[in-house]
Amino acid sequence: MQIKTRYHEEIEVSKEEIIYFGSGIPGFPEEKEFINLSLGSNSPFSILQSINTEELGFVIAEPFSFFKEYEFELEESVITQLKIKDETDIIVYSIVTLGDSLSTSTINLQAPVIINKRENLGKQAILNTDKYHTKHLLTTKKQKVREG
Amino acid sequence: MLVLTRRKNESVILNENIEITILEIDGDQVKIGIKAPKEVEILRKEIMVKIEEENMNALKGSHNLKKFF
Repeated sequence: MQIKTRYHEEIEVSKEEIIYFGSGIPGFPEEKEFINLSLGSNSPFSILQSINTEELGFVIAEPFSFFKEYEFELEESVITQLKIKDETDIIVYSIVTLGDSLSTSTINLQAPVIINKRENLGKQAILNTDKYHTKHLLTTKKQKVREG
Repeated sequence: MLVLTRRKNESVILNENIEITILEIDGDQVKIGIKAPKEVEILRKEIMVKIEEENMNALKGSHNLKKFF
């Protein structure tokens, strides 16, 4: 089928590519069908595009490419909903909020998008933690320590 | 909204398998305990709202990706 996309104009999508978000995405509970559009095999970024709403395309990134130490435990509710049987079945993404440039762009580490690629099921999980928040800078600025 | 009055250590049951108990009351703070099956998602509402807002924010950015990647 043909779909309109936020960043890639009109494209052809096959049913097998569709990822089902059973409860939508926070803020968009009615949006249950998305595809993951690559921005090239070397890019840690891709687009999570709704197949029904052109404007609804999120820039997503593999968080571990930017935050090596990033870790969290998946709630049982997420494991059940996404029918996760094996850790290797899942891919983790984080939604990026673009600023004027990459250095002002942020990534949401508190609500990772979990995709079970075996079942084509997805969910934006919300972590009940204060360790991560919704606006981590994508590029870590090296802090200059001034003495004196 | 259904409004019920509960005292300390009293509970309400939702859907037969979720129990919410008032554990402690201290001024304007209430400590509650929730017993629910593992597959039930429990979230503090302000976190949920924050995530919704950030998702909206994420859609306000530029449509031109070329200057980024």
